[in-house]
Amino acid sequence: MSAIEGLETAHHHDTEHEHHHEAPNFWQKYIFSEDHKVIAKQYLITGILWAVIGISMSIVFRIQLGFQDANLSWLKPVLGGWISDSGKLDPNFYLALVTMHGTIMVFFVLTAGLSGTFSNFLIPLQIGARDMASGFMNMLSYWFFFLASVIMFASLFIQTGPAAGGWVIYPPLSALPQAHPGSGLGMTLWLASMAFFIVSQLLGGINYITTVINLRTRGMSFDRLPLTIWAFLITAVLGLISFPVLLSSVLLLIFDRHFGTSFYLSDIYINGEALPNVGGSPILFQHLFWFLGHPEVYIVLLPGLGITSEIIATNSRKPIFGYRAMIASMLGIAFLAFIVWAHHMFVTGMNPFLGSVFMFLTLIIAVPSAVKGFNYITTLWRGNIVFTPGMLFSIGLVSLFVSGGLTGIILGNSALDIQLHDTYFVVAHFHLVMGAASAFGLFAGVYHWFPKMFGRMMNNSLGQIHFWLTFIGIYLVFIPMHYVGIAGFPRRYYQFTSYDFTNKFMDMNMFISVAAIFTFVAQFIFLWNFFYSIFKGRKAPQNPWRSNTLEWTAPINPGHGNWEGELPAVYRWSYDYSKPGAKEDFIPQNIPYSQTLESNFPHENELIATEKAIESQNFNDQFKNAH
Amino acid sequence: MESINYKVEKEPQETLAMDPMKFILWLFLVSIIMLFASQTSAYLVRRAEGNWLEFEMPRIFWYSTVVLLISSIAMQWAYFAAKKDQFKQLKIAISITFVLGLAFLWMQFEGWKQLVAMNVYFVGNPSGSFFYVFTGLHGFHIISGLIVLLFSWMAAFRLKVHAKNLRRIQICATYWHFLDILWLYLFVFLLTFN
Repeated sequence: MSAIEGLETAHHHDTEHEHHHEAPNFWQKYIFSEDHKVIAKQYLITGILWAVIGISMSIVFRIQLGFQDANLSWLKPVLGGWISDSGKLDPNFYLALVTMHGTIMVFFVLTAGLSGTFSNFLIPLQIGARDMASGFMNMLSYWFFFLASVIMFASLFIQTGPAAGGWVIYPPLSALPQAHPGSGLGMTLWLASMAFFIVSQLLGGINYITTVINLRTRGMSFDRLPLTIWAFLITAVLGLISFPVLLSSVLLLIFDRHFGTSFYLSDIYINGEALPNVGGSPILFQHLFWFLGHPEVYIVLLPGLGITSEIIATNSRKPIFGYRAMIASMLGIAFLAFIVWAHHMFVTGMNPFLGSVFMFLTLIIAVPSAVKGFNYITTLWRGNIVFTPGMLFSIGLVSLFVSGGLTGIILGNSALDIQLHDTYFVVAHFHLVMGAASAFGLFAGVYHWFPKMFGRMMNNSLGQIHFWLTFIGIYLVFIPMHYVGIAGFPRRYYQFTSYDFTNKFMDMNMFISVAAIFTFVAQFIFLWNFFYSIFKGRKAPQNPWRSNTLEWTAPINPGHGNWEGELPAVYRWSYDYSKPGAKEDFIPQNIPYSQTLESNFPHENELIATEKAIESQNFNDQFKNAH
Repeated sequence: MESINYKVEKEPQETLAMDPMKFILWLFLVSIIMLFASQTSAYLVRRAEGNWLEFEMPRIFWYSTVVLLISSIAMQWAYFAAKKDQFKQLKIAISITFVLGLAFLWMQFEGWKQLVAMNVYFVGNPSGSFFYVFTGLHGFHIISGLIVLLFSWMAAFRLKVHAKNLRRIQICATYWHFLDILWLYLFVFLLTFN
């Protein structure tokens, strides 16, 4: 309903736009802006703030895990009552920290911060559109996210603490206020926040899909779309299909919590007293949750993979290897994402035969993933590689994607999962393949498109230092974590002093914690570089990376509408790097074949005849023909 | 407003595949479909586990289904009338649609009362809870449909809906038909798997 009203209002706005061009005031320009570039920056800054909070939380619990006797009194000014008088972290708050770290990083940083930033920023600029299909819906999308952020942030400060049932909020732990202090008001706020978050994601995703399909400029056929746009499109489709299912499961959970229904609850005794709830099934929640939860992994990762494809091709000065295979593998991953959810539930007592079906489907994901890994490496192979910070982070992503993906093959086996599930092996696996890899995608994107976003360059040397410290730090944290996991350390435990076997690995845990703190500190180099460069960075040239995509043909500081005058037309794909015979080692997408006779292949000479047709097509210009 | 261009020109094919606003509506419908698909599959999964209360659906839900079907026909009538610039018919048809939509909501609510009289409550066996959730969620979407309808109704009475300005009523009709088909699905589903 809000979407429909959004359509109407956006329609009015666009028609009005034709008649008079008023200069937008401060609020319209920076706060309730409908310009996709401003919304992208809003997402980016909010995402960075959340990342600082989310990663700080992990540092607090890493200190707890690595140094169990540490005196944490120095955290009292921040955490207050959650640190006891003897300087110990409250065990309940430890669980809340783990939960909030997961929620914040998965949803607020790597979904909203990554997809929200780069889908918003790059889709119109790379397909040659003035703005998103509905600027109003896009603005609403950010402000729903902001509202979700405020609620989630507020939940950190309530007396009973934030939600603490794990980011997967399995009932009955999340359904019963008696289960944990965090399952009371904290969980209520969590659910409210996530409901708004889902609305925000749906508004955003619907906009991305509509824009990519309907607002491409003339000549921008699907086989000329940059892989970034393909990745964002597929990500948005995944979100559109899976987020309503999360809404569904959250809705039933809310009914269980506040109205006394029994969708997920059955036969529960607390202090010897039976609860009235009969006939529910906690496994039902897991099915619903993981039907979102697994595609969510790819919602987080695919934008990173798309960004990487673009940056690796640009900085290897070579066409991407296997453009169609890249699209096909992303489609394959997206399709498989929906039929593997039960591999998160191998040990819930599910039918072992069903388990082998899900295991089989899960292991197939290795095929499209390997295609992607292979294509990245073959694109790099014998290229004239330029090691920009963006490029380094892209290569880093490929490395993390491969090394994290390998352990996925191990975990995908339902038999091995009996030993490994819910241990630090799982934690190490998904942090490498989805957490760190996507974060590297985010860094790569920020370094690469910073000049387009702010019209200034980030400091290159600081970027290089940031990359190496982060890259080494990430591996120092997560490689040893695999061993801890194989040794049997369960995740989400407050401390490991009660068992003999865990004592042997205390030094390993200490090492991981030190490495985590080291990596965390390294991120401040990025933060400083980012915020300093916004204001004081070197002025960016028109096309700093000598790249082919359309955004670099727009003015250095594009206004609302992106291009002055006509929208560019597109004649070729975006990967014409180092073409034999060409004057430059790159030919942007808006250069017609008739101007590059010296480097055309025979079939491209035939395409010259179609250029007239492309030029005479309608501009598809939203500002001129308001929709 | 739009100028009427009588010159017939042959234009080259646009890249634009579809009106973006209508496309947005269809994607919005996809998200609603996924919401109800997940609800109904949750219903089936839970039902397969046994301990399932069976009850007969009150008669009034049959009648409300008929009412909603008629309102959908009226909606289509309104659309055709708008296409032919028959404003009087348009106003009648769109008013009938709106009133029948309200009647449907009221009948659903009466149905809930009858369920309570049959001792099927929202709180209790999940079979009853699911029934309330399905009808309630659908009713919520009907309310949103009525709001959309209200905007079209106001536009129709201000003579802003006509053959040259059909987008609003097209979006409204598509959404209303969708809600109708959605209810038919839920109705048949609940009858089959009671």
